[in-house]
Amino acid sequence: MICFDRVTVTYPGATVPVLDNVSLAIEEGNLALVIGATGAGKSTLLRCVNGLVPHFSGGRLNGTVTVDGRNTEQYRPRDLADAVGYVGQDPDATFVADTVEDELAYAMENLGVDPETMRRRVEDVLDTLNLHALRQRAITTLSGGQRQRVAIGAAFTAAPKVLVLDEPTSSLDPVSAEEVLASLARLVHDQGTTILVAEHRLERIVQFADIVVELGSSPGSLRSGTPATVFATAELAPPVVRLARAAGWSPVPLSVRDARRAAPELRGRLEASPRPLVQSTRGERVASLKGVTASYGPITALAEVTLDFHEGEVMAVMGRNGAGKSTLLHHLVGLRRAQRGSVEVLGRMPSALTASEAIRLVGLVPQDPGSLLCAETVAAECRDADRDGHLAGGTTRAVLESLVADISDDAHPKDLSEGQRLALALAVVLAPEPPVLLFDEPTRGLDYRAKERLARQLRQLAARGHCVVVATHDVELVAEAADRVVVLADGEVITDGPARSVVCYSAGLASQVARILAPAEWLTVEEVAAALAGQSPHRWSIR
Amino acid sequence: MLRDRLQPLHPIAWWCWAGALAVAASRTTNPILLGLILAVVAWVVTTRRGNSPWARSFNALMRVGLLVIVIRVVIQVLFGDRVPGDMLFSFPSVPLPSWAAGVTIGGPVTAQAAIGAFCQGLQIAVILACFGAANSLASSFRLLRCVPAGLYEVAVAVTVSISFTPQVVLSVARVRDARRLRGRATSGLRGWRGLAVPVLEGALERSVALAASMDARGFGRRSTSQRRRRVTGAATLGGLIGLGIGLFELLDAGSASGIGLAVALVGGALVVGGLVVAAHGTRSRYRPDRWLVAEWLVVAAGLATVAGIVAVGNSDPNALTQSLYPLALPQVPALALAGILVATVPSAISPVQAPVRPRLKGAVA
Repeated sequence: MICFDRVTVTYPGATVPVLDNVSLAIEEGNLALVIGATGAGKSTLLRCVNGLVPHFSGGRLNGTVTVDGRNTEQYRPRDLADAVGYVGQDPDATFVADTVEDELAYAMENLGVDPETMRRRVEDVLDTLNLHALRQRAITTLSGGQRQRVAIGAAFTAAPKVLVLDEPTSSLDPVSAEEVLASLARLVHDQGTTILVAEHRLERIVQFADIVVELGSSPGSLRSGTPATVFATAELAPPVVRLARAAGWSPVPLSVRDARRAAPELRGRLEASPRPLVQSTRGERVASLKGVTASYGPITALAEVTLDFHEGEVMAVMGRNGAGKSTLLHHLVGLRRAQRGSVEVLGRMPSALTASEAIRLVGLVPQDPGSLLCAETVAAECRDADRDGHLAGGTTRAVLESLVADISDDAHPKDLSEGQRLALALAVVLAPEPPVLLFDEPTRGLDYRAKERLARQLRQLAARGHCVVVATHDVELVAEAADRVVVLADGEVITDGPARSVVCYSAGLASQVARILAPAEWLTVEEVAAALAGQSPHRWSIR
Repeated sequence: MLRDRLQPLHPIAWWCWAGALAVAASRTTNPILLGLILAVVAWVVTTRRGNSPWARSFNALMRVGLLVIVIRVVIQVLFGDRVPGDMLFSFPSVPLPSWAAGVTIGGPVTAQAAIGAFCQGLQIAVILACFGAANSLASSFRLLRCVPAGLYEVAVAVTVSISFTPQVVLSVARVRDARRLRGRATSGLRGWRGLAVPVLEGALERSVALAASMDARGFGRRSTSQRRRRVTGAATLGGLIGLGIGLFELLDAGSASGIGLAVALVGGALVVGGLVVAAHGTRSRYRPDRWLVAEWLVVAAGLATVAGIVAVGNSDPNALTQSLYPLALPQVPALALAGILVATVPSAISPVQAPVRPRLKGAVA
């Protein structure tokens, strides 16, 4: 169905190709999962399938890409619209119509499908993707998961044989992500659609994949095969696979369900080893919310929230998309003033401070770290940060150096990888040494390696006495780094407790390792690996 | 109920109705008639609009209208012609050189001047309210879907720009937040200076993503030749402009010449020709809005108002204006009153626009 024959892609102005002499064949009706570190060329590979590369992006493509028997050299993306549906990374930027139904019909209108067929297909898609109740809604009123499903539906109504998706679950909470993946599975099973999907968060999607395509860090290296063979050695792997490797299981299980069959044996081995120690570094209270209420029009974002924040503690704030996580952070950092109740950071009200006072007290790394960065080069960005914070020259650069070593001074912030960009934004925020540090959804777009580094950095910050608050959907990050978890639902605090008990005993928020080894209280692969190696498994090994 | 299901009324019917009321308002400065038109428009809007994001445009334009009245009155009082009549109070006047004839600063203010200015301001405000009503009752997206195939590209450009505006507002808020997080000024000249580049950058990135998505979904894939499309597009657009100029000539009571009619006819012919030729494209329409009895009735209701006002204007032109000498309560001509009341009909025969729940995400997340 999809065939890459010795494909090399070079973008205009680039000296090194993104893909180098890559060959790949995907049969009809398969779900192929593309994995690889950020910048390995996953998006490029996907955009080749419907001809966006090179017709839309520019650059040079050598070799041939054939989809459904059509060579993309002769067919432009619009001519392939009936064969390939494409869903980009940011669905919000791709909507043309205002209501769900019109958006779904858009591709068919362009193709000139007759009205009868159009109505029937729109109904089919509304049912398949469970969008029926939303058909008349304006797209701006939908939640993130719903919007993602509309974007998939909009690409799918034209009845393409191939569906291409670029990180469809990266910004969704676990339940919405589950819904989207279930929809994809239905398309593969019921309609025989061939699906090519790139993802960083592999925990859930791996079990649906028929083929895994791994892009290595050098442009030419591409490996594809069944999930079991690829994940036996793949560098980036979900926790279940890493646990299997640590425990020496073969073949490697890919789902929690498979792994649980082997779990009793491992639980037996672990019983003898000491239970993981919790080393709390928690200190004085540095910030607090008292009865804070906030609303957007008729929607309550925070309802009478009262919380304390302590130095030396990593606190995770979890909850559905729209549960009020970001609003909570915005109150702490002073972007919003509490409508009712009080916000206090070290005895002061953040929203009443000037911007330059506020950054010495509390810093926020926002959802899109790139939005903090506006200079032309990394060096200029660091200089600007020194000036903004009235710091000695070179402070920010030194902080950045301590976070990641390999960022060159002349690089443009937009050209950095997601992980490097996050590190740069963190350096900018961290340079004035604010005692309270907030992170909004920091793992979006990060591969496993960058995520591990982030977890380590969060622990280091807490060990140095910072109060760290992380709003996240990412259960694995919480398992690796958090001391305490607060769960919000519709603006109310539902749970507030130690990470170990919340993560182990919640159905929706359990990490993969916790699910596999339940009822034993293990959270991460590192803990288990250390225990198996006979070391005393300190929860936080600060490297 | 004249409709078998809750399909919303054809957007063009709403625009015709609101347009007719605006025309009626443009023909009178009688504050009672203007007030009645405003009341009717407000009634229909509040009973029939949904709660979609665009349904609020009526309130926004009402506020603009209020501002127009205030500005009109203030300008008249401070700088306007000195109208004779019953003096209310007096400002010290500033003598101006002779070349500034017609402009005065300060001087005596009469009741006639203030009331006359108020009525003119009210007229503009009511016309604005009519357009606000059209926007509230018929989404501009749905109106643009009715655009004939020949103007499709233009309609897409307009659609995209409409949906981009709220995104730009959000993006400005985001960039301001980011500046504060960097410890930089967010207000004053310095705050705004650093805003333009990141906002434009964001808009550009979104445009590229949108273009890629539209391309991937077959936009611009049609069999008609490029040249034929250009010709039909130009004919349609030129025709529309001609039609507009011609109608303007016709409606302008002062110049009753045959030129207006001729230009309007030629323009109309061009439009129809262009659209007929362009309709042979390969695009199809999903659930095109249908034009049924209810649509005709709504348009007729609007036209009845115009007819009532025009009839009164022919028989007794003074009834349509506020009498200033002597200052008296305006008349309420029965025919005009009846016409305006007929305009409430849509409130009874049209379905409420599909209810849309308020924005849930995005603002919060």
